[in-house]
Amino acid sequence: MAYSEKVIDHYQNPKNVGTLDKSAKNVGTGLVGAPECGDVMRLQIEVDDATGMITDAKFKTFGCGSAIASSSLATEWLKGKSVDDALKIDNMDIVEELNLPPVKIHCSVLAEDAIKSAINDYRVKNGLEEIKFEESVVH
Amino acid sequence: MLKLPIYLDNNATTPMDPRVLEAMTPYFLEHFGNAASRNHPFGWEAEEAVDYAREQVAKLIGADPKEIIFTSGATEADNLGIKGVYEMYASKGNHIITATTEHKAVLDTCKHIEKIGGEVTYMQVNAEGLIDLKELEAAIKPTTILISLMYANNEIGVIQPIKEISAIARKNGVLLFTDGTQAVGKIPVDVNKDGIDLMAFTAHKMYGPKGVGALYVRRKNPRVKVTAQIDGGGHERGMRSGTLNVPGIVGFGKACEIAMLDMDEDTKRISKMRDYLETELLKLEEAYVNGSREHRLPHVANISFKHVEGEGLLMGFNKNIALSSGSACTSASLEPSYVLKALGLGDDLAHSSLRFGLGRFTTDEQIEYTIKAISETVLKLREMSPLWEMYKEGIDLSTIEWAAH
Repeated sequence: MAYSEKVIDHYQNPKNVGTLDKSAKNVGTGLVGAPECGDVMRLQIEVDDATGMITDAKFKTFGCGSAIASSSLATEWLKGKSVDDALKIDNMDIVEELNLPPVKIHCSVLAEDAIKSAINDYRVKNGLEEIKFEESVVH
Repeated sequence: MLKLPIYLDNNATTPMDPRVLEAMTPYFLEHFGNAASRNHPFGWEAEEAVDYAREQVAKLIGADPKEIIFTSGATEADNLGIKGVYEMYASKGNHIITATTEHKAVLDTCKHIEKIGGEVTYMQVNAEGLIDLKELEAAIKPTTILISLMYANNEIGVIQPIKEISAIARKNGVLLFTDGTQAVGKIPVDVNKDGIDLMAFTAHKMYGPKGVGALYVRRKNPRVKVTAQIDGGGHERGMRSGTLNVPGIVGFGKACEIAMLDMDEDTKRISKMRDYLETELLKLEEAYVNGSREHRLPHVANISFKHVEGEGLLMGFNKNIALSSGSACTSASLEPSYVLKALGLGDDLAHSSLRFGLGRFTTDEQIEYTIKAISETVLKLREMSPLWEMYKEGIDLSTIEWAAH
């Protein structure tokens, strides 16, 4: 199976690989996936409390090229967005941007789940209610 | 001079040896006859070429030429061997013993047999990939007609104790079929010394052409018969009808002849490269060889690089190095290799595996390049892996409740 140019580019030059201080109050961490499934994503956001804007985003991913590219792209999109806008990122936007084939759609679902999970972590840390999301159906 | 891309997937298929192609060419052109045409020189030439190839093939495995049934490949030979025995020996019983690490051509054939009323025992293997001989003997029942165990495994290269297995089969009056696809032409296989009754093998795993294989069927002590699965003109002593693939068979014969001549030298050279590759890659932290290292084909290595996903790893160099992974990230099921799982490997390690299949045309420079490329990619991806980070922090990954997805 051939990868799209964009997937290859993110794989070769991943954006925002790294770790934020997960104990910091303004950092939200999402860890999704499972080693048995062949992919685990950890996505972190750093939020400016005053403005509600995401000032930094980092990821680390265990997975195939598409999983790495999906998380790399997600961090790029997150930076500079408000937390509310970040919630609007849909996995199909990632699929479209990276030209993911059907068998790789689960990578984009994982990235969306990681974003939501990171936002919820941030919310809970800051005394806000956890948002309930509908279960993703595509795997 | 380093030649790119590097082909290290010789368990999937091998490139043709130019000497094989040279032998085949005339049988596409001037000697195009049908080996079954008895009335003119075109047919005679073709028949003669097939007879000669049959001798070359038989010689490689210590068989009589009359015991070789040409097929379209190993999958067909697996089907013919297993289904053919099941039908032919129906009055004796309906039970077959095989193992969970067999190739799909054997496993799916056995599943078919279960559907049509047969009974199949699937033996487990140990962590090394080997079956237990006591368990094998215990699995034999009065209705057992066939033991089907592969000579060497396609993913991990592990060689089963065929001589010991055949001794058990003989003692209990059960036939032994073996899928010899990965072993024949690579290591010495002798149907008499090994006590094999039926064996499937193919040309394209030993530098011959695709589309031609053989089923060895023993004619003496005991005389074995199989029921044909393809009916027609009664070719191959009625066991496999269909016009013979003369150029393919000629190539198969030549490939067998070369394999026999070059085996010692090839093995020496290739196993040295394999061992070097393995030693160097195992210098990486948390890298493990899958399957027995002792009972193993000389050209195969299956290694897991923990906390790095196999397909992601391949992507780091697959423009220049052709390899397989036990990760099945591309498959719809997302299930990693069933062979590695049968060894008791966790799914995480199975997802992290690479299979190296070296070959006759692999060079030292290519191995050097491969070691470097893989080591660099593993290190790079580990820097990107949350699992590696947790491992380095001393977190026990098995204690984490992973969000299933």
